[in-house]
Amino acid sequence: METLNFMIRGVGGQGTILSSDILAAVGVSAGYEVKKSDILGLAVRGGSVLGHIRWGDQVHSPVIPEGRVDYLVAFEKLEGLRGLNQVKPEGTVLLNEQEIHPASVSSGDSVYPNESDLQAALAAATDRVFRVPGLDMAQELGNAKVLNVVLLGVLSELLPVEAAIWEDVLRERVPPRFVELNLNAFDTGRSWMRERT
Amino acid sequence: MKSLLSGNAAIARGAYEYGVQVATGYPGTPSSEIMEHVARYEEIYSEWSTNEKVAMDAAIGAAYSGKRSMVAMKSVGMNVAADSFFYAVYTGVRAGLVIVAADDPGMFSSQNEQDNRQYARFAKMPVLEPSDSQEAKDFMGAALDLSEEWDTPVLLRTVMRISHSASPVELGERSANDGATTVSFLRDPHRLVCTCVWAKHQHPVIEERLKRLSAFANSYALNRLEWGNRDLGIVAGGAAYSYAREVFPDASFLKLGMSYPLPFDLIRELADGVDELLVVEELDPFLEEQIKAEGIRCRGKEIFPAYGELTPAIIERHAADAGLLAKEQVKGARDLALPDLPGRSPIFCPGCPHRSTFYVLGNKMDETIVTGGIGCYNLGALPPFDATDTMGAMGASIGVAHGLDIADIPDPFVAVIGDSSFFHAGIPPLLNIVHNGGNSTVVILDNRTTAMTGHQDHPGVAETLRGEPARKIEIEAVVRACGVTDVHVVDAFDLSAVEETYRKALAFNGPSVVIVEGPCYFVGPGPEEAYFVDTESCIACGTCFELGCPAIKHAREVNEKTGRAKAEIDPVLCVGCDMCAQVCPVEAISAPSGAKERG
Repeated sequence: METLNFMIRGVGGQGTILSSDILAAVGVSAGYEVKKSDILGLAVRGGSVLGHIRWGDQVHSPVIPEGRVDYLVAFEKLEGLRGLNQVKPEGTVLLNEQEIHPASVSSGDSVYPNESDLQAALAAATDRVFRVPGLDMAQELGNAKVLNVVLLGVLSELLPVEAAIWEDVLRERVPPRFVELNLNAFDTGRSWMRERT
Repeated sequence: MKSLLSGNAAIARGAYEYGVQVATGYPGTPSSEIMEHVARYEEIYSEWSTNEKVAMDAAIGAAYSGKRSMVAMKSVGMNVAADSFFYAVYTGVRAGLVIVAADDPGMFSSQNEQDNRQYARFAKMPVLEPSDSQEAKDFMGAALDLSEEWDTPVLLRTVMRISHSASPVELGERSANDGATTVSFLRDPHRLVCTCVWAKHQHPVIEERLKRLSAFANSYALNRLEWGNRDLGIVAGGAAYSYAREVFPDASFLKLGMSYPLPFDLIRELADGVDELLVVEELDPFLEEQIKAEGIRCRGKEIFPAYGELTPAIIERHAADAGLLAKEQVKGARDLALPDLPGRSPIFCPGCPHRSTFYVLGNKMDETIVTGGIGCYNLGALPPFDATDTMGAMGASIGVAHGLDIADIPDPFVAVIGDSSFFHAGIPPLLNIVHNGGNSTVVILDNRTTAMTGHQDHPGVAETLRGEPARKIEIEAVVRACGVTDVHVVDAFDLSAVEETYRKALAFNGPSVVIVEGPCYFVGPGPEEAYFVDTESCIACGTCFELGCPAIKHAREVNEKTGRAKAEIDPVLCVGCDMCAQVCPVEAISAPSGAKERG
């Protein structure tokens, strides 16, 4: 098969790193060759966070070549915009409806992109855009921290991997007392997308 | 069984499986997780040493004693360790000794972009470079074997993209081969005492060893010819190999696992079998210059940059410019019309004890020159503080400040250093100031951890990497023992006390030290109640924004006279450090349960 390229973008503290780990582990369980690369370094707390995950028959580079992202999973709108130039014209964007203002916006030195600019950029990038109320879904489940797994649930519905594989990986990767909550979060996201496809 | 491991976790797994018994290191991105993973294996003695040189010497001593040893550090850590690995190449090792260094092409979190393969050639030791996590594990074993067979330390060089990328790794058991079977120190002064009269006999031995290693490299399993199309042959190793493979899947390759010394017979064989030979390597033309010196024609840095990461995108673009790829094969990033995207630069966390120092130095004492160093406190160089004037290396702030002093500059100046950096490289320059009669002010920001790299221990912390209790070294006692008499200790969360103390220390005629005490939020007692802004009282003066706290934001309400936005506090982010309440001129900020007592 053609290599599937996933890009995860968000803000430090949103749980993006765990979702990269889970997505990579699901690829391994589903029998793909997998590579994953996270940008950590200085940008951990409150900075931009970026993960590349690649599934395929043979994957050489852990870094996705430019402009070849199949699925952009954006945990935050501004970070989603930052990744848009890397998405294939036939690629898919999952955009979590959340704004986290960088310091320069909070202090009034710069302006957060407005809704009409956001819509125009998304429409120019691809027809396959899903605006996901991920934070609302997570909060309805009682814990904003499961946002990452809600978004993975949404993504899972679009991928050729059965739910049981995802659920096994989730059981392995999240702390025991949060397994039930995360399985619910996964199912919530998955159902949300099923209603739309 | 295959497991998805990061490069750093795989190196640690290799240390476990291939019988490493002693592991030392000093934290530094992108290497820190290596030792954190090693510490999970009880079979291996592990420690954070005070600096990379100390770690290096300790690993050398353990190898002399017959224990397979490793030492881990980031790119620039090699500079600190260099004095010691150079002599270890002369003395040789009894049991395997591997130096793991994680370089940072792209400078994601380093002060330079040095290429540590140069150290292998400089110090005359072999270097191995893994291309993925499986190789990261396997090459640890290969490096230990090479080290023992050739009686030399071996450099295992990784880069951020190998260390922080993950790919599947076949896990094995810990090998029965724990290096030498009897552990004892064999006295052999003619080898282990590098006095010139003895050590000079080693130099020809080392030169001969390199020649034999280079011949051996031609049959070494880690170097492999992969024949493909004959129009293009590529020499590459490490991360660059995976990128080049991505861009040229059908080319012929010499995949180098050992990038020094080089297998020139294999390189010639590839060169003779293809129309054009390319060298694809990140940073320096390390392979290219050696290959050209052998009279083998190749192209490398005339096509690809000698700086930054060499990602598939960059290889594609430059290869297309050189006519090696058709332009239409290069997709590249798209050129969508995007709105202006504000950056998201790192910033002191809510509750950070460093905030007071840089607020005071950047706002209240802006005339003060600030020499800085490595750690979270380097964020004091950024807005809104713009306080720090120099930053180059661990411990450098104190020596540079002494330089300003002996240059007799008219401006006031202070050196700022973190607690871990102070133990690492801050004590000798402080002694130097005292001995030479200097008159500098040194600010030690004691947040009780090595924060920026992920909260590792150091001598001022009461617990070791292995979770064992440790004697906590008091910085004040060390400073006094260095001969400093004007010593101040101040609460980091008391802004006026911080300012007053800095002014006092600067006024003192002689060396002064101010120890600013306040734990990093992540090792501290946890959050206190969130503060709030009384919007009625807030005059929108903007003073609290000068603290650069992520929890303080512009409110929708404005001061009707000035049109400026008032402040509000995000209750989710605020941890109740109280600094904003202290700077507010109209007492509009407070905690729900009232003012905090300070001092």
